[in-house]
Amino acid sequence: MSLRNFDAGKGLERLVLMERIRAFEEAARHAAVEEELVLGAIHLSIGQEAVAVGLLESLAREDYITSTHRGHGHTLVKGADPAAMMKELLGREGGCCGGKGGSMHIADFGVGMLGANGVVAANITIAAGAAHGVKLLGGDQVVVCIFGDGAANRGPFLEGINWAGVFDLPILFVCEDNRYSATTRTADMTSGDVGARAGALGLNVTRVDGNDVEEMAAASGEIIARIRAGGKPEFMHARTYRLDGHTYFDPATYRPEGEAERMRAETCPIARQRDLLGAAGIAAERMDAIARAARDEMFAALEAAKAAPWPADDTVFEDVQDVGSPALEAF
Amino acid sequence: MAVMSYGEAAKLAIAEAMRDDQRVWCVGEDLGRGGVFKQYAGLREEFGPDRISDAPISEAAIMGAAFGAAMVGTRPIVEMRFADFALCATDELINQIAKARFMFGGQSRAPMVIRKPMGMWRSSAAQHSQSLEAWYAHIPGLVVVCPSTPQDNYAMMKAAIACDDPVVYLEHKNIWALEGEVDTAAPGEFGKARLRRQGADVTIVSWSDCANLAESTGATLAERGINAEVIDLVSLWPWDKRAVIESVKKTGRLIVAHESVAVGGFGAEVVASVAQEVAMRVPPRRLGAPRSLVAYAPNLEDQLRVTEEMIARAAQEMMEAEAA
Repeated sequence: MSLRNFDAGKGLERLVLMERIRAFEEAARHAAVEEELVLGAIHLSIGQEAVAVGLLESLAREDYITSTHRGHGHTLVKGADPAAMMKELLGREGGCCGGKGGSMHIADFGVGMLGANGVVAANITIAAGAAHGVKLLGGDQVVVCIFGDGAANRGPFLEGINWAGVFDLPILFVCEDNRYSATTRTADMTSGDVGARAGALGLNVTRVDGNDVEEMAAASGEIIARIRAGGKPEFMHARTYRLDGHTYFDPATYRPEGEAERMRAETCPIARQRDLLGAAGIAAERMDAIARAARDEMFAALEAAKAAPWPADDTVFEDVQDVGSPALEAF
Repeated sequence: MAVMSYGEAAKLAIAEAMRDDQRVWCVGEDLGRGGVFKQYAGLREEFGPDRISDAPISEAAIMGAAFGAAMVGTRPIVEMRFADFALCATDELINQIAKARFMFGGQSRAPMVIRKPMGMWRSSAAQHSQSLEAWYAHIPGLVVVCPSTPQDNYAMMKAAIACDDPVVYLEHKNIWALEGEVDTAAPGEFGKARLRRQGADVTIVSWSDCANLAESTGATLAERGINAEVIDLVSLWPWDKRAVIESVKKTGRLIVAHESVAVGGFGAEVVASVAQEVAMRVPPRRLGAPRSLVAYAPNLEDQLRVTEEMIARAAQEMMEAEAA
C-alpha cells in the first residue's frame, strides 16, 4: 500500500476494527487459558483481522454473510454485540445463541450474520442458497461466503460455486487462506491452485494480500459493487497467515521453526496498518489509545459475560422443533 | 371427493400451496421435465422455471442451497430423486438443517419439505431400494412422514409445506399409481395415526406401503376368524403413541410390520414404547427385513420382503400361543 490516495480517516477506522477483533480474541483466550471459563474449543483468527475488516466494510446491515469455525472477526465486523458474543463463548444466558452454540456456531441474524459453521465448507452451499433465496424474493442483498483454504478440498466447494454460477447469484466467495488446514499445511494437501478451481467454474477470480487491509478494502469494494449492480458471482483468494494454532490450546509445533515469529514480525496486518498510518502522520499515541480502548471494551464484555448466569435448564428443549417438540414428547 | 393417484395427490397439494404462497418453490434434478416419477409433470408450465427449478446433480448443493434459501424467507420443496441419493446430502440435512434453529438459539427456521422416494421397486437393487425412515426419526429437529394412501399424500404434503420445521417426506415409489378417493377438505395432522381397520384381537402397526399390506392382511385374517386392528402411523415423528397404546390395551397383542431392516428399525421403538406402558397377553412381534441387502434378482429381492402371509402367520401364532 502506498501513501498515494491513502485516506487516513478510513485507515484509522480500519485499524479500530482490527484492534477490536484482536482484543476480542485476546480476551477470549484469556478467559479460556487463565480463567478456564471457555469450556469448548475456540479457533482464533489472530493475524487474519484484515480479511474480515477489509472484506465486510462495503456490506450493509441487510446483506448476508456465512462464516467458519474461525468466525469471531467476521461476526464482529458485521455488527454483532461483543458482549453477546462473549456470553456465547462462555455458554451463558444472553449469548447470541442462548448458550446453545458456542464459538463454532456463533450467529446474529439481526445483522445478517447467518452463522458460523462447525463443518468445514458446509457454509458454501448454504450461502449460495441464501443468494438464491434473495434472487427468488427479488431482494437486493449481496451474500459474502467466507471459508478457509481447507474447504477448497471438500465437495461443497465445487457444488456450491457451480450452483452460484448456474443460477447467476449475487454472491462473493472468499477463500480466507491462512495456509493451514487444521494442523496440516494446506499446500501439502492441495493439488493445483484454489483460485484456478473457481476460475474453471466460470467465476471472476481476484487474488488479494489478505494482510493488507487497504488492499482488501479496495478490492472488496469494487467486487461487491459489481455484484450489487447485477453482476455475476465472483471469487476472492485472500492470502493471510494464522499466527496462532488451530485451537487456542494448539501449540502449532508442526510449523517450520521460526515461521510464525517471522510472519508476526513481517506481516501482522495491525502492525502494517500502524506503519502506514504513522507514515501518513498519525501519532503513535493516538494508535496506542485505539488499542487500549479496544482492549477495555472487550475485557468489559468478558466481565459482562462472567456475570451472566447459565441458561435455564429447560431451554435445552426449546427451539428443537414445533411439531414433535421434545418438551412434549420426551419420556 | 375426487379419485386420484398417490403421485397426483401430492402434486395437487403442491400446486395449491404454490398458488397460495409465492415463497413456495421446488428444486431438484430433472424437475423441469416433470421429475423422475412425473411427480411434477405440468407444474413448470404453470409456475415457471424459477419455482420449478432444475438442479445440477449435486445433492449436497440442492439440500444446502434450499436450506440457505429457507433461512432468508423462502419455503423450498427439495426433491432428492431417490431416498438413497439423499445420503450424498447427509451433512446438509443432519448437521445443518436439523440443528440450525437450536444451535443458533432460535434465530433461524428451516421450513422445508424434503421428498425422498423410498422403498423396494422391482429389481432396483441395493442403491435404489432402501427404507431409511428410522434414521430420520432418530434425529432431533426433523419431522418424519411416510404416507401410504392418496388421501394422506395429499393432506400430509399440504401440512408439510405449511410446517415451519424441516419435514423428511418419504413417499413409497412402488405406489405412485395407487388410486383412491381424496377429500381435499380433510386436513393432515402430524402424529395422528389412521385407523385402517377396527378389530379387538390383535393390533397391527405399520406405515408407508407396508400399511397397505397390513390392511389387506386384516381382511385375510377376518376370513380366518381373527379381527385385527390395523393402525397406519402416517408420521413417525411425531408418532401417535397414544392411539397404539389404547389399541394394545384393548387387544393385548401387538405386531409391528415394516419394509425396512428390522434391526434398529422404528418397529423396535414402537414395541419398546408400548411395552413400557402395557402388559400384553403375549410377547409382541416385530416384522421387518432381515439385515441383508436388497438384491437385483427378483427371487433374491423377495427374500427380504415382509409378506401378507408373514403378518397373518404371526397373528395366528399369537392367538394360538395364548389358547395353548
